[in-house]
Amino acid sequence: MSILVIAEHDNANLNPATLNVVAAAVKIGGDVDLLVAGSNCGAVAEAAAKVAGVNKVLVADNAVYEYQLAENLGDLVAELGKGYSHILAAATTTGKDFLPRAAALLDVNMVSEVSAIESADTFIRAIYAGNAVATVTSADSIKVLTIRGTGFDAVAAEGGSATVEAVDIVKENALSSFVGEELAKSDRPELAGAKIVISGGRGMQNGDNFEMLYKIADKLGAGVGASRAAVDAGFVPNDMQVGQTGKIVAPDLYIAVGISGAIQHLAGMKDSKVIVAINKDEEAPIFQVADYGLVADLFDAVPELDAAL
Amino acid sequence: MKVLVAVKRVIDYNVKVRVKPDNSDVDLTNVKMAMNPFCEIAVEEAVRLKEKGVASEVIVVSIGAKVAQEQIRTALALGADRGILIETEEKLESLTVAKLLKSVVEKEQPQLVLLGKQTIDSDNNQTGQMLAALTGMGQGTFASEVVVEGDSVNVTREIDGGLRTVALKLPAVVTTDLRLNEPRYASLPNIMKAKRKPLDVTTPADLGVEIKSTQTLVKVTPPAVRQAGIKVASVAELVDKLKNEAKVL
Repeated sequence: MSILVIAEHDNANLNPATLNVVAAAVKIGGDVDLLVAGSNCGAVAEAAAKVAGVNKVLVADNAVYEYQLAENLGDLVAELGKGYSHILAAATTTGKDFLPRAAALLDVNMVSEVSAIESADTFIRAIYAGNAVATVTSADSIKVLTIRGTGFDAVAAEGGSATVEAVDIVKENALSSFVGEELAKSDRPELAGAKIVISGGRGMQNGDNFEMLYKIADKLGAGVGASRAAVDAGFVPNDMQVGQTGKIVAPDLYIAVGISGAIQHLAGMKDSKVIVAINKDEEAPIFQVADYGLVADLFDAVPELDAAL
Repeated sequence: MKVLVAVKRVIDYNVKVRVKPDNSDVDLTNVKMAMNPFCEIAVEEAVRLKEKGVASEVIVVSIGAKVAQEQIRTALALGADRGILIETEEKLESLTVAKLLKSVVEKEQPQLVLLGKQTIDSDNNQTGQMLAALTGMGQGTFASEVVVEGDSVNVTREIDGGLRTVALKLPAVVTTDLRLNEPRYASLPNIMKAKRKPLDVTTPADLGVEIKSTQTLVKVTPPAVRQAGIKVASVAELVDKLKNEAKVL
């Protein structure tokens, strides 16, 4: 077996989500090759070569791959992927964008958001917003999977010594072009990788009140998330949403503040090791999954928590 | 410009999902069904494009059993002009769905195809991207804003780090995210009017698409149940527990 993993990166840094995908590939077994497609992405290729468990790093360094648009990245992966038994990418918005496109070009189906590997052809994934867990067997000649990072412990970022090979396939893209980006600028850890996450819900009442959570987050080195209700209400931007259609997190500690605990939200955080809920409604469903529940007005409890830390 | 919208009949999002006792699948007998919420957003966007004079016709297509006509009628009541049902009792995988939609695209030649980014049953998030690949169109996934300008469309996409805007040459495929719009409710007169709008029924065989299945559902189980823990009386007790019992602070 041979597995092609598509590295997630921004041309400068290798996204740690890639390490979880490599872990899934190692679990399947066989040679693991890592594709770095980007522009001026030499530093990423160097980092990729050090990742434990990687056999070979393929580098497609060309201006056409600068923004990793699905149209040409999908073409590239479909062409390179032909020789592999498995093609894996992270279940991030990048992986979810280009990988189904590559699968269709290869005329194979795909298994999304795999959270556990049973064998080389049998995979486990959540369906119905996490209300059910499916075991699926794929008979496709090439297995194409996106990997949910929370299901796999990351491999070491250092210690490997893969060979690096340049790929000179250039896929022009006349269908789409990059216009612009508004990226959240934050010194706080990314939600997906944070050890502690503190999230606010509709109970926060407005965006300004999230300052209380940012203060605590900065004391704890935590990431800050939000429920869909808080995002829909415009309190905070969409990239903070934790839930089935937002980010899936599983930190050591998850603190839910003013979040009722809709099933959609629980699907995104219920694999956290320790869950704390602060909510004034003692009937809120969030308490059914919380290890420690505090029935209190968050406007009293959160400043008190801030002071106690 | 013609706009094609694909919709799927799924379990109503308010219904509690139950796994069958024999673990073969989830139990959908006598369960309320509805249009997939992301598909509703796609229909709404198409109708708004028509109201703005950008779209000339909105065609809605669904694939499934005869009862899926209900969801097509819902879309027609929301403002779509005509419907197509590709009738089949079989359970389809994304690639086959994309191939069926491709045959409709070839026949109807829409300039824009709108789909929900995922359905709330299979949670696959694949069909739009696969359709774009098979038809050789550009794709704008997880859209929070769609602006048609001349022969291209600017799509603002919800990505992990924030928002990204791409320009796609028309025809193109766009999949909708939650914040693209807030779908309207159908008014009673529009529901009555929708009953008289045209709805064609075809089959995969008519379209010349072979139904191929490559995935087997081995079993479906309920998710691991998390036990509720304890209630603490104060912030001081909470901090103490987190430090000394859970050891996470």
